[in-house]
Amino acid sequence: MFEFCADPSILPDWQWFACYLTSGTHWAFYRSFLVVILLLIITAPMALGMGMLGALALRSGFAPVNLLGRGYVNLIRGVPDIVFFLFVPIALGQGIEWVLHQINCPDWDQPIRQGNDFIVCREAKMPPVDASAWARNVYGFTMAIIAFALVFGAFVANTLYGAMQAVPRAQVETAESYGMTRRQAFRRIVLPQMWVFALPGLSNIWQILVKATPLLFLLGIQDAVFWARELGGAKTSLYTYPHPDWRVWYFLALLVFYLFLTWASERGFGWLTVRLSRGQATAEGERLRRRAA
Amino acid sequence: MKKLSLTLAALALSASGAAAQDVVRMGTEGAYPPFNFINDANELEGFEIDLGNEMCERAGLTCEWVINDWDTIIPNLVAGNYDTIIAGMSITEARAEIISFTQNYKEPDPSRYAALIGTDPEVINSGVIATQSNTVQAGYVAETDADLIEFPTPDETIAAVRAGEADAVLADGDFLRPIVEESSDLEFIGDPMHIGGGVGMGLRQSDNELRATFDAVIAEMKEDGSLNELLIRWFGEDTPTF
Repeated sequence: MFEFCADPSILPDWQWFACYLTSGTHWAFYRSFLVVILLLIITAPMALGMGMLGALALRSGFAPVNLLGRGYVNLIRGVPDIVFFLFVPIALGQGIEWVLHQINCPDWDQPIRQGNDFIVCREAKMPPVDASAWARNVYGFTMAIIAFALVFGAFVANTLYGAMQAVPRAQVETAESYGMTRRQAFRRIVLPQMWVFALPGLSNIWQILVKATPLLFLLGIQDAVFWARELGGAKTSLYTYPHPDWRVWYFLALLVFYLFLTWASERGFGWLTVRLSRGQATAEGERLRRRAA
Repeated sequence: MKKLSLTLAALALSASGAAAQDVVRMGTEGAYPPFNFINDANELEGFEIDLGNEMCERAGLTCEWVINDWDTIIPNLVAGNYDTIIAGMSITEARAEIISFTQNYKEPDPSRYAALIGTDPEVINSGVIATQSNTVQAGYVAETDADLIEFPTPDETIAAVRAGEADAVLADGDFLRPIVEESSDLEFIGDPMHIGGGVGMGLRQSDNELRATFDAVIAEMKEDGSLNELLIRWFGEDTPTF
């Protein structure tokens, strides 16, 4: 980065640190924070969408849909997250390859499973054999997002379902007496009012999602925790910047980062609570009304 | 006759498959200097990186490196996330049941115990010994009377000894030597021991063609002395050569 970085072993302290903190691995470390934030930004709406579908399925009077919703929510909530984070990408990846294999290679005469190996023909490989490293990273990241969205969607489904049930029955009855259909009453009355009941639960799930991001490394993505461990470890003179065990400083940086995320989310959810409580028949809504009056 | 033509077609197909420039993906840990590690420029470096690149060049293959956690390095090979493991992996019977190995590209290196200076060598038999999980050393300590604590990365085993969490660490001598030589607080204790076979490249058991290719290149490099050159460059003059 800087011109004086050519031979770091003879540099005074501040220059050494300037070079050290701008090395290739450190840039990767800084980028990994963005990866974490990117994952959160993409996963949260997806989990919310999955959760909404799940909640609707749970409310459904149609037995198969209801059963599907209950199965999804209870299966995922009952099994350790880490199992799903490992299972989803492998199962999904092999599932895609299996389907492509059936389509592209109908003449294949060998078994797909040979002992421990999962063998599909060349055309069925996913990502394709000639894919660039960049494409492979995107594929891996997508798998991770799907795994996160599936797992957190189940928790969101239950929270939203509870919130929908919490909307006072009298509100729905009033809507019906105005002549609204069940669907209209849901869309115009239940849906806008449920968010305020869902917020505490959703903010919990958001915080758990934030804390679950280090599991990314299990899926082969180098996240901030991986780099903190890698960079903080003692380095011999084989490296350009030898140093003793500095993990405590790197983990301290992580602590600050995650605390900052928590603080920012708390502010965000606080703002949302006020915003959504306006005109609501809840304690917070009443407080807002009195203050305005 | 029909069967014969089918076989021929299959042969032609597999031949064309090999001829097409498939990318061979090489899985490594990237945390085990001087075998393989990520240098400060965020590039892979080390004995096995040099060796792997040389082997691919000789075999006319396009190779790409993939970094993977040690603990899941075998499952991810079997799942097809990459095609070879070249990560300082000792050839053992237990591993050979799941994956297959090429011939060794490095003679077995004695494993050593390292501890804080002044530690009673008796801890080897009665103390707490740190190792990296799923290594031959972890298997060895589990058989002794000493207590075993395992860590996912090799670096953490050293940190555990320095923090007093473990009395000593057992690891490949090649990995420990630079660390002990450069630090003022560590020393070797006990005698060097031979655990496990040489270090080889791991492949899926069904990948016979690729294994034969790499096997031939390793044999060639042993023959012409270029492997010895690499070994001496990365492990010093005293390292066992072929």
